[in-house]
Amino acid sequence: MPAVAETLDTVQSVTSTGYKWGFETDIEMEFAPKGLNEDIVRFISRKKNEPEWLLEWRLKAFALWQKMEEPRWAAVKYPPIDYQDAYYFAAPKQKDRPKSLDEVDPELLRTYEKLGIPLKEQAWLAGVEPREGEGDVPVAVDAVFDSVSVATTFKDRLAKEGIIFCSISEAVHAYPELVRQYLGTVVPQGDNFYAALNSAVFTDGSFVYVPKGVRCPMELSTYFRINAKSTGQFERTLIIADEGSYVSYLEGCTAPMRDENQLHAAVVELVALDDATIKYSTVQNWYPGDENGKGGIYNFVTKRAHCRGRRSKVSWTQVETGSAITWKYPSCVLLGDDSVGEFYSVAIANNFQQADTGTKMIHVGKRTKSTIVSKGISAGQGQNTYRGLVRVAPTASQARNFTQCDSLLIGDRCGAHTVPYIENRCLTAKVEHEATTSRIAEDQLFYCRSRGLSEEDSVGLIVNGFCREVLKELPMEFAVEAQKLLQISLEGSVG
Amino acid sequence: MTLKIEGLTAEVEGKTILQGIDLEVPQGEIHAIMGPNGSGKSTLSYVLAGREGYEVTGGTVTFNGQDLLALEPEERAAAGLFLAFQYPVELPGVGNALFLRTALNAIRKTRGEPELDAMQFLKLARERMRALHMPEDMLKRGVNVSFSGGEKKRNEVLQMALLQPKMAILDETDSGLDIDALKVVADGVNAQRGPGFSALVITHYQRLLNYIVPDRVHVLVKGRIVRSGGPELAQELERAGYATVQAAA
Repeated sequence: MPAVAETLDTVQSVTSTGYKWGFETDIEMEFAPKGLNEDIVRFISRKKNEPEWLLEWRLKAFALWQKMEEPRWAAVKYPPIDYQDAYYFAAPKQKDRPKSLDEVDPELLRTYEKLGIPLKEQAWLAGVEPREGEGDVPVAVDAVFDSVSVATTFKDRLAKEGIIFCSISEAVHAYPELVRQYLGTVVPQGDNFYAALNSAVFTDGSFVYVPKGVRCPMELSTYFRINAKSTGQFERTLIIADEGSYVSYLEGCTAPMRDENQLHAAVVELVALDDATIKYSTVQNWYPGDENGKGGIYNFVTKRAHCRGRRSKVSWTQVETGSAITWKYPSCVLLGDDSVGEFYSVAIANNFQQADTGTKMIHVGKRTKSTIVSKGISAGQGQNTYRGLVRVAPTASQARNFTQCDSLLIGDRCGAHTVPYIENRCLTAKVEHEATTSRIAEDQLFYCRSRGLSEEDSVGLIVNGFCREVLKELPMEFAVEAQKLLQISLEGSVG
Repeated sequence: MTLKIEGLTAEVEGKTILQGIDLEVPQGEIHAIMGPNGSGKSTLSYVLAGREGYEVTGGTVTFNGQDLLALEPEERAAAGLFLAFQYPVELPGVGNALFLRTALNAIRKTRGEPELDAMQFLKLARERMRALHMPEDMLKRGVNVSFSGGEKKRNEVLQMALLQPKMAILDETDSGLDIDALKVVADGVNAQRGPGFSALVITHYQRLLNYIVPDRVHVLVKGRIVRSGGPELAQELERAGYATVQAAA
């Protein structure tokens, strides 16, 4: 998609350092006082004008969180986080939620423009629909800036199909029954430390509902941007695909370069009913810290899908190039008979990045199927761990799983680790696991260079080849962006 | 575009392989280098292409007057040098079409020519592939992945045909080829022949030289060129073997 590629190029040319999204937007912000206590939870809820039930829900989560401890089992190292030394609410100052993009602070729009998000739906949102066959296939975008959603595009057009795509704050008011029915049913408040924290203080995120039998006509996408200092981002996304529906959803994320570490603890819940399919793609490019390991985002995220319906399907695809630390295991609970879960992942750990990522496939229904393809790339002093669980319950007769974990090493100071957990309690199930570790070979580099490719282009080509099985799962527009990102993330990793 | 090698010595892992090579390939000429196993033929080709680990310890190499040894491998390619590998390398997951187009565009860029888009490239590649009797699906497969020996060699010649180098080094391109494949490969090289193209054909056997008739033949033994002559020298070696020249060395 030329628009994205061009903007990426522009962004690259305006910033000279390795991370091209590191700029900061100077915009008037509104903060909650620093720290975390019940009053802050109440403050957030009040700010968002929430109904009483949601405040109670948050307070329950907060009470649970206070009794919990940070998980320490992941293969990542970081100093203790002071949860009282951060802001839990930061929002661009504006009186009311803007009714159209015209009312959105132009500085904000410029930021998203710089990031390559086609908010050119600006005009479309204002009512001017693009003509048929004009330009690219539209992508509906929800843009989340620090704690709040600032703009959602194409809402009207989607509404014609009965599809709801809005910020979760808006959904709480406009579709309270739906939110109440599903919120926390996939990832309960007390699921884990970060999920509990998120449940207490989540500020915004996207909400999607696709009604029975509807195939969503465009990609839905959310763009997350952390901008403010000392701020955590806690977004919550809830997607419900009703019977026989289909939706493809993308998320992208970036943050300014800062010396401090910033926390991102999101929760994503997906529900697929009978014969529904959800495709969820992520290109995660949070600031990874500098080449000495200073700064960067702690990406502690809980993503889970319930394949509740028969023949339902959820496919996770992730390209994780950013963050100082990634702790993330997008999972599928395969409840419905014949339901399918997929996980395709590329994770890069360059310089001092640490990634501990993988998936959980929980087979409960009969003949459930799961596929896991994980590609880990380690460079510099990066440490990359694949951690995956495949659990087959006694009820899941004839369940199938296939797992493939490949690791690629660049240089000799990085590490790759594979930690598969397989718990099979069903005799008729079949579980397969394959793993490889390889290095970019000198002869491959020389072969490419002898054909005129620069060393970095050669690495990019080889790495993209290594990741091909995953990248081909991404929607086209994202695949191009992801390929460039892989190469940029590995700049300076050889030689 | 003359290639001029003077007093070239080189070592691999501390062991001296090239013991002082003098060789000149004038523009438009095809020279063959023949020699027994272990004489340094492949080392010479890697040194010329700039492979890491092949340490030049003495001598000079100029290409069109330019110091070739000072250039990175990709700069040598940009200058018009091409190495057809004896063992072409596999690049899993990298589509052959993407690889060929990326390489071609990298070279075109250095020549100040516009890059080819996917459609223009496909048209050109199909045309060249037909001449080499290559099935079109070879564009879709990973670079050299699960190619047969003959397919790999054809793929090398295809790259040469696309990149249009000024000087090609063919490192035992004939090894592992049956006679039909050998003819196809030779046709591919002969098609390039002309005043703007020169080549260094490295081979163990005389067979290939029946199809690519060289202007000069050099015999490499123990890292030195011990004899040079016209095409008839290859015939002589075929009859008498390397023993006589080795004895002479």
